[in-house]
Amino acid sequence: MSKSTLSRRGLLKTGALGTAGLAVPTIFTASSARAFTNAPSGGSVTLGFNVPQTGPYADEGADELRAYELAVEHLNGGGDGGMLNTFSSKALNGVGINGHKVAYVTGDTQTKSDAARASAKSMIEKDGAIMITGGSSSGVAVAVQGLCQEAGVIFMAGLTHSNDTTGKDKKANGFRHFFNAYMSGAALAPVLAKQYGTDRKAYHLTADYTWGWTQEESIMAATEALGWETIEAVKTPLAQTDFSSYIAPVLNSGADVLILNHYGGNMVNSLTNAVQFGLREKVVNGKQFEIVVPLFSRLMARGAGESVKGILGSTNWHWSLQDEGSKAFVQSFGTKYGFPPSQAAHTCYVQTLLYADAVQRAGSFDPCAVVEALEGYEFDGLGNGPTLYRAEDHQCFKDVLVVRGKENPTSEFDLLEVVEITPRAQVEYAPDHPMFSGGALGSCNPGA
Amino acid sequence: MDAIILQILNGLDKGSAYALIALGLTLIFGTLGVVNFAHGALFMVGAFCAVTLSRLLSLSHQVVDETRTDFLGKPLKVDVPYVMDIFGETTGAAIIDWAVPLAILFSIPVMIALGVIMERGLIKHFYKRPHADQILVTFGLAIVLQEIIKQVYGANPIPTPAPDVFKGSLDFGVLMGFDPNAIIYPYWRLVYFGFAAIIIGAVFAFLQFTTFGMVVRAGMADRETVGLLGINIDKRFTIMFGLAAAVAGLAGVMYAPINSPNYHMGMDFLVLSFVVVVVGGMGSLPGAVLAGFLLGILESFASMNEIKAILPGIDQIIIYLVAIIILLTRPRGLLGRKGVMED
Repeated sequence: MSKSTLSRRGLLKTGALGTAGLAVPTIFTASSARAFTNAPSGGSVTLGFNVPQTGPYADEGADELRAYELAVEHLNGGGDGGMLNTFSSKALNGVGINGHKVAYVTGDTQTKSDAARASAKSMIEKDGAIMITGGSSSGVAVAVQGLCQEAGVIFMAGLTHSNDTTGKDKKANGFRHFFNAYMSGAALAPVLAKQYGTDRKAYHLTADYTWGWTQEESIMAATEALGWETIEAVKTPLAQTDFSSYIAPVLNSGADVLILNHYGGNMVNSLTNAVQFGLREKVVNGKQFEIVVPLFSRLMARGAGESVKGILGSTNWHWSLQDEGSKAFVQSFGTKYGFPPSQAAHTCYVQTLLYADAVQRAGSFDPCAVVEALEGYEFDGLGNGPTLYRAEDHQCFKDVLVVRGKENPTSEFDLLEVVEITPRAQVEYAPDHPMFSGGALGSCNPGA
Repeated sequence: MDAIILQILNGLDKGSAYALIALGLTLIFGTLGVVNFAHGALFMVGAFCAVTLSRLLSLSHQVVDETRTDFLGKPLKVDVPYVMDIFGETTGAAIIDWAVPLAILFSIPVMIALGVIMERGLIKHFYKRPHADQILVTFGLAIVLQEIIKQVYGANPIPTPAPDVFKGSLDFGVLMGFDPNAIIYPYWRLVYFGFAAIIIGAVFAFLQFTTFGMVVRAGMADRETVGLLGINIDKRFTIMFGLAAAVAGLAGVMYAPINSPNYHMGMDFLVLSFVVVVVGGMGSLPGAVLAGFLLGILESFASMNEIKAILPGIDQIIIYLVAIIILLTRPRGLLGRKGVMED
């Protein structure tokens, strides 16, 4: 028979400790105690950079990789610190993440969903990557996001513009900093109205896959709300190289604006073909014919050469921005590599910093702790003004840029000029907006 | 009516590229009996000859412009091409502007040399091997060539414009009595069509009216007998491989201003060109040209909204659909000869 030795003073002490323990936020207790996939052991933590290293977007992937390497350098205390100096959160201190030195592995998405999933899987299972990030296509982003959800690691998306990434295909373990097709439409519409008027007839050529469909839907909704009429919306095969037979019908359709819902090689070729056919010199319905490219990328604009001059579009970020964050990033990147960063490089760099900061603030690499730290997080100093990572869909809300192909570029990088910085409030939408309906965020998966 | 004329023009233009590539493929198959999957890569290398010459002519030294700054806020370094230093600003700019037409002269020796090296260095070792082996080795070669180009020039398309005088488009509508702007066609695409017609005519004339051509045609018909007459037919066939490479290369050079060259452009044309060869009839040069233009025109018509409203997605399958129909009704293709690839 045992005899209790608990005194009244002892009981009070134990009770006080217990109460204090319960009072500590769960973020510091439950999460750190729970097992999760690839919990770092030893002095380093491994991040997985999954970018297109081969295939048509290899140049964009190379720029993403440069940005990731720069981010790792800054996180480990190297270089000039870049955006760490301008980031509103001061949790990161240049000694890695949570005291772990940052290491990385890379994978090649080839801009193919199956290859991207295979390389992400390999980085998670063989290399112990705790977070996967990167990519240059919405198809890849959706596929890898799904894999990361199942594997129990965080996915910080790279360049992905389809509404579906944070719409019907959203996942609790996935986060997107890049803007989306809806935001492009919302940002472009007022500028289009101001520049081209509200009485226009539009003809859409759309890449026949998920991103193209959501962009067409978004831009059509935005322009029709202005009073524009949609004459025709034609889907073009993704593998199409010569668009002449799709451009020719535009000539006699009665349309006075051509909207190219194309990206990458499709955009380069369709825009070049449209300009070759003299569309920009045409006068239809008493108005000058215009071409719009809703999603512009400087890297892709280079491929189209002089054809981009005067063409309106939207972009997530541009190196010519004069806020402190953008200037710091351009300075770091430009000094290290000799040329300014692309929007893909910017979003990848920022995503790495945001992940690291969330881990640091949470005090844990547990994916559920990271999700909790990122959800509803407001920050500034990373190049797009005050930004929110919305909890409901893990989409970042920030200012969007409307740009135009520059008439007199001073270099091969100086191709776009910022026409307007569209404020965040103008591109916001409700989480249950019809364009983003279907699918559920679900709950975070820590894996293991 | 105007839409139909436009699509015919488009089809002739597309058909020009198909016909030129298929012509080279057929020349190689007809002479050497090799199914050359690297032929699309030769078209791509031709386009990059235009890119290379354009870059060579634009080689520059830098001059600091203190009045302007670069993206880091330092004085802007402006590129000044050496040709402008040598020939003056106006003449130098004109030389750079005419880089693509000049690349025709540059590409011919480059492509012939590349073709001869390919044939002597690799493909001749596969003459007696099955067609499957030939396809594998030439496909591998195509991948090697495109990866080399990607390594040197990157993955992004590189704009290679036509001379300024060919920019813009011709208003056919006015010439044909239609409304202005009803039928507009870019000047350079018309140049491409004319150029393709000249090259095709030159190849046929070469084979038809020269002794060399006569021997090659005899060798295509009966290689063994020609060899027994003491003629070194292998040497002539090697030269024909070089010529076929040059034809593909020239098609690529002139295509560069139509769509910015990228390392993958050869593969985009390869499969279509093989369909063209098969539809035209394996080993038949007139068949390749005829099928090239026929499929080009049909592909253009299939892209019309009126056609797609009746048959959705027809634009993506028309070429293969026509190929199936033709091969079912004429198994040797449009102008195919008996006995070719039937052993």
